[in-house]
Amino acid sequence: MSTTVEKATTAPADTGPNQPGALKSAGAWARRAPLLPALIFMIVVTQLPFVGTLIISFMNWNAYYPDERGFAGFDNFARVLTDINTRDAIITTIVLTVSVVLLSLLFGMLIALLLDRVFLGRGIVRTLMITPFLVVPVAAALLWKHALFNPEYGLLNGVLTWLFGANAVQPDWLTSAPLTSVIIALVWQWTPFMMLILLAGLQGKPLDVIEAAQIDGCSHWQIFRYMTFPHLRQYLELGGLLGSIYIVQNFDAVFTITSGSLGTANLPYTIYQTFFQAQDYGRASAAGVVVVIGTIVIATFALRSVSSLFKQEGGR
Amino acid sequence: MSTATVEKATTAATDTAAGKKRKRSGAILGVVAWIVGLLFVSPVVWMLLTSFHSESDAATNPPSLFAPLTVEGYANFFGADGGASPWPPLLNSITASVLSTILVLIFAIPAAYALSIKPVEKWTDVMFFFLSTKMLPIVAGLLPVYLIAQGIGALDNIWFLIVLYTSMNLPIAVWMMRSFLAEVPGEVLEAAQMDGCTLMRSLRTIVIPMVLPGIAATSLICFIFSWNELLFARVLTGTVAQTAPVFLIGFVTSQGLFLAKVCAAAVIVSLPVLIAGFAAQDKLVQGLSLGAIK
Amino acid sequence: MTRSGLRALLLALVLLTSTACAGWGGGGGDGGPNSINVLMVNNQQMVDLQRLTADNFTKETGITVNFTVLPENDVRDKISQEFSSQAGQYDVATVSNFEIPIYARSRWIAPLDDYLAKDPTFDQKDILGPMTASLSGDDGKIYGEPFYGESSFLMYRKDLLAAKGLTMPAKPTWDQVAQLAAQLDGAQPGMKGICLRGQPGWGQVFAPLTTVVNTFGGTWFTKDWQAQVNAPEFTEAVNFYVDLVRTHGETGAPQAGFTECLNNMIQGNVAMWYDATSAAGSLEAADSKVKGQIGYAPAPVKETASSGWLYAWSWGIQNASAKKDNAWKFISWASGKKYEQLVGEQIGWSSVPAGKRASTYTNPKYLAESSAFAAPTKAAIESADPKNPGVQPRPALGIQFVGIPEFPDLGTQVSQQISSAIAGQVSVADALDRGQQLADDVAERYRSRTEGNS
Repeated sequence: MSTTVEKATTAPADTGPNQPGALKSAGAWARRAPLLPALIFMIVVTQLPFVGTLIISFMNWNAYYPDERGFAGFDNFARVLTDINTRDAIITTIVLTVSVVLLSLLFGMLIALLLDRVFLGRGIVRTLMITPFLVVPVAAALLWKHALFNPEYGLLNGVLTWLFGANAVQPDWLTSAPLTSVIIALVWQWTPFMMLILLAGLQGKPLDVIEAAQIDGCSHWQIFRYMTFPHLRQYLELGGLLGSIYIVQNFDAVFTITSGSLGTANLPYTIYQTFFQAQDYGRASAAGVVVVIGTIVIATFALRSVSSLFKQEGGR
Repeated sequence: MSTATVEKATTAATDTAAGKKRKRSGAILGVVAWIVGLLFVSPVVWMLLTSFHSESDAATNPPSLFAPLTVEGYANFFGADGGASPWPPLLNSITASVLSTILVLIFAIPAAYALSIKPVEKWTDVMFFFLSTKMLPIVAGLLPVYLIAQGIGALDNIWFLIVLYTSMNLPIAVWMMRSFLAEVPGEVLEAAQMDGCTLMRSLRTIVIPMVLPGIAATSLICFIFSWNELLFARVLTGTVAQTAPVFLIGFVTSQGLFLAKVCAAAVIVSLPVLIAGFAAQDKLVQGLSLGAIK
Repeated sequence: MTRSGLRALLLALVLLTSTACAGWGGGGGDGGPNSINVLMVNNQQMVDLQRLTADNFTKETGITVNFTVLPENDVRDKISQEFSSQAGQYDVATVSNFEIPIYARSRWIAPLDDYLAKDPTFDQKDILGPMTASLSGDDGKIYGEPFYGESSFLMYRKDLLAAKGLTMPAKPTWDQVAQLAAQLDGAQPGMKGICLRGQPGWGQVFAPLTTVVNTFGGTWFTKDWQAQVNAPEFTEAVNFYVDLVRTHGETGAPQAGFTECLNNMIQGNVAMWYDATSAAGSLEAADSKVKGQIGYAPAPVKETASSGWLYAWSWGIQNASAKKDNAWKFISWASGKKYEQLVGEQIGWSSVPAGKRASTYTNPKYLAESSAFAAPTKAAIESADPKNPGVQPRPALGIQFVGIPEFPDLGTQVSQQISSAIAGQVSVADALDRGQQLADDVAERYRSRTEGNS
């Protein structure tokens, strides 16, 4: 992919710099034109609300006290950054996102490796595997909370009773390991997504070279480590990037499974609580702005220095 | 295409003694794959089974596998005894998801073209901007969006949701389409141009067919994310534009048993996505394969 | 597909869907002058109401009712969003006696006195006294009508107590109940003595827990707004509750709310349950495994004469609604005597939305079905005093809550700590210290407001 990007960027350069000034800028605008509808649409639809959030974050606005509305300066930001709930929420969000992304990438890769081989019923297994991703997330969260994790009539404890008899240990999953339970539910939903991306990557790997290596007697592990894995790197990064974006924002699972209690309140849930229960619009907006700034900082670092997605490197 | 070469590779490799060993371990790995697949799908199977049980059977400990089957849950979902009809929310969801996906494609394909085949300068900045629009927690933007909707009288209006969903999915679509379009070899386009095709014609007859799996993959992803969206739908819709996920959570009550009802509702509400996913999974894998088009 | 074919298809699609540009819901009379929008919680009584509306209310009055039904947490958030912005999307909503005085103060809901004057068949005098009192605003006007009301009492398996030779006192104390729970542990294999809520939420664990705090002599705030969350009485009450649940309570207590305990009681996993009076209807329903085996005792006390809570899911009319007359017609029907009769005949007398009218408790058909719990329920509601639920004066209305807008957030945050304490993850002292900090934040603002005013 990256070499073709290189090719693509060099191709128009042939027509660019050699042209006289007016034609060159006309060419540049013709190239920009297809981009403009999408760009303008996104700017209007996303930046207007963001500006709104920014303005409200500087206001003292509580819906229950309409007479006390007014400018608050950096008050809201100070409260957000010193509030112990915010700090807990940030840590929870980081733990949740990193665990879910890494675990689903790992499982996704292992399963993709399994599905890369030919065996009887491979198509059926692949269909079975993508099913979790296709269930509506709030339905999946309800399923995990009530039909699986429930200590009285959930399936997990039921299986333990079948396997070990009436005296089987019947752990209360949601109480003893709340964040882990949420992580399990999310990994279950997102592994198929990672698996599909990695499977696609595996099916594009350079087979002739690998076949030669196999005939030469290289072990599975050597082939994987020196050939398959580097090829998969950009797919892993793509999966990691997309997964992180969605899981940082995850709200349905935390809201449904644990109602944000027992240490599972992540940032979206905390902001939601501030909006709808405390009705403190100023503070909730300030929290939102803080999250945006933090995410942009992290993403800039990750994408520009670590990732290969934006770079133009050789090697394919 | 790639499966044929894989098969060739495996037969070539199994002819040796080491190859026979690989064949045995291959069979074992096949069984492992089956076990993993069944394990992953078992919660969904359990959901399906529970949806056919009565409420009190669904809440027993240990869970009853062989309780008598009933369509009570489904009857309830479809509005038996004067309950609410599920068709308006389902139709609303279909409308919102399909139309927003079409809009996304209309915007994303030209944009991706401008970022890949003949890229603008600073295309990485544009890509980063698109990505950054997904960094504001949706929850934080909820109030301004609500106020804007209230101001322009667009509360409880399906078109407002469509616009929101389009903006929600456009960044991902641009990213995905850009990767697919970047795969189109420059020589192919140049050759077409030399043969006298105009840009539009070569786009239509050559490029689009080449990235059709990619378009299918992108559409499926956008459809899935629009269909599943709950937060905006819950806050911005009322009686007219209610979508399927909002209708679904209406079955979760804090005062009484509801597991069978909710499982039945979950099965029906997930059905369109499941069907779309199963039908398009080939295209999905193909499309996500950045480079298998060659 | 050809270019023109594609274009034609797209055009057709757009035209087709533009005709449905407002969405598919709402029914035939959607948006018309003779329809109203109602936002409700999805409790069984409301779901029954939804079922009966088209064939009864709409047939009689010609007013179509469009319902939106959501779970309790979601509906509360949506209602507060809707009413605070006065969006006018809904005409009627199910608000409770917690919100109504607050909304009335902010003028988000409409006073109902004029409608009552013109509608004598509604018979406001028939509504139980504490209900009317808790649904009135500071100006004395009535701002809501109850749909069904509840207090709390102790439900116990009288067959199991009898088998063990135990008796439930007529007015049990909490110490007696704790002792009974210890004796009933294991009365049947796997059975625990008592079920108490532990689920986080200001309306979940703190509903029963605040009543325990009240009767142990504690309070959230003193009259002059000093937070008392880690005061000795509050601490003693919470310690008692947490210990009782941990030693003799249900499994999964930190996640157990009303539904979980109801299920536990029906499935025979617990011998006693302290919770809402409205649970009795489900326990005595025709298909309940424990029908006829449940006894009902008043809410256990310690230092007060009574300790049951007071709660009513009620109807409020949004001030921004353009259809207030129709909205009142709906409320008058839903909370009226005829509706109770209708439910009794068509669904069952134990499903009647009770707990609001005195006439319900003199209706022979209702009493025949609900003889086990009708009298205890009425007694519980009538003995509830939202102004003075404890041993000291309060700064705001409310028995199991404090009637201030900050309470849902405060109560929920502290309840999360309590749930953790029930799970054994934090100590009660730590949980309450943290709760005291949060409560003091809130109290400080009220202190400065009262100082500013005086």
